[in-house]
Amino acid sequence: MTQLEAMEILARHRGERIVITTMTTAGIWPALSDTGLDLPYLPSSMGQAPGLGLGLALATGRGVIVVNGDGCMLMNLGSLVTLANNPADVFLIIMDNALFEVTGGQPHAGVGNTDFAQLARGAGFSRVYTFPSFADWKDGAAEALAGPGPVCLWLKVEGRLGQKTPKGPRPIPEQIARMRQALGVK
Amino acid sequence: MLEGQAVAAGLRDAGVTHVIWIPDSELGTWNEALSSTEGLALVRVCRAGEAFAIAAGLWIGGKKPVVMIQCTGLFEAGDALRNVLHDLKIPLFVVVGVRSWRAHQEGKTADNCPVFTEPILNAWQIPTTLLPLDATAEDLIAEYRRHLDDGGPHAVLLPE
Repeated sequence: MTQLEAMEILARHRGERIVITTMTTAGIWPALSDTGLDLPYLPSSMGQAPGLGLGLALATGRGVIVVNGDGCMLMNLGSLVTLANNPADVFLIIMDNALFEVTGGQPHAGVGNTDFAQLARGAGFSRVYTFPSFADWKDGAAEALAGPGPVCLWLKVEGRLGQKTPKGPRPIPEQIARMRQALGVK
Repeated sequence: MLEGQAVAAGLRDAGVTHVIWIPDSELGTWNEALSSTEGLALVRVCRAGEAFAIAAGLWIGGKKPVVMIQCTGLFEAGDALRNVLHDLKIPLFVVVGVRSWRAHQEGKTADNCPVFTEPILNAWQIPTTLLPLDATAEDLIAEYRRHLDDGGPHAVLLPE
């Protein structure tokens, strides 16, 4: 499945939850949803989106969907432990394209050997889903995205070569101000 | 050494809602107070960089978090700090324990933590206050209140 296809399915099931996107998906998502509850995390600190999502979930009591890349995930595997042990409605989606896509498509250190589902279970997640194909994701998204978090979803997606680093739809301080307004924060 | 109960109660009374931390040997003495003070939530993380991200999410969601880490964690957390404080422009208050500061002042340690902590915060352009050795919890809370008035990020160094 392509990342666009994956995100189109997510758009059908996100409900009223906050959606944080990173890397390639941060470039894709604004065309699907660009509200105050959407945060394309650009510019980012690689690996920190799960923490950002956890903080938002703890602060608001609202569900938060974090769409993370596999390379981002590898930069902060400890965040799996932190998410699993600070219960909150965080849905962590790992988009595994087996590449550092936005730097041109180089393989990362874990290509082909890293089982993110096992890592999540080992960290303490009790709800873990693996979606190796578009059909699996289309059929299983509603169940995986229902109920309370934390939930880890591992999606296998196509990698693309020659991509450029995406840009957010507006400067991130504006994006944050917009989100605080949507959340009713003064 | 600052007393944990006074720190926890003082932060709570000043409006702090969450402490996100990885303790060192001195901050760690506050564990019981921070985890049992009503109205104050303690969030334990695995790496110091995570603390900045979680605090950012809490702040966006309307809470008032404080990050507490050791200087070694600060060194690790540089990119998260840069992103949260400068890209996202989130004005966090950060408490950093400076390992071996006393011994360094007395020339009794080869630990280079005290050498690099303040210069690194200066490099990241974070306003920084080094508390005196005889500082009390009230001094720390006063720094937090000053941070609220200033409206920007602030780091407080605890000499250890």
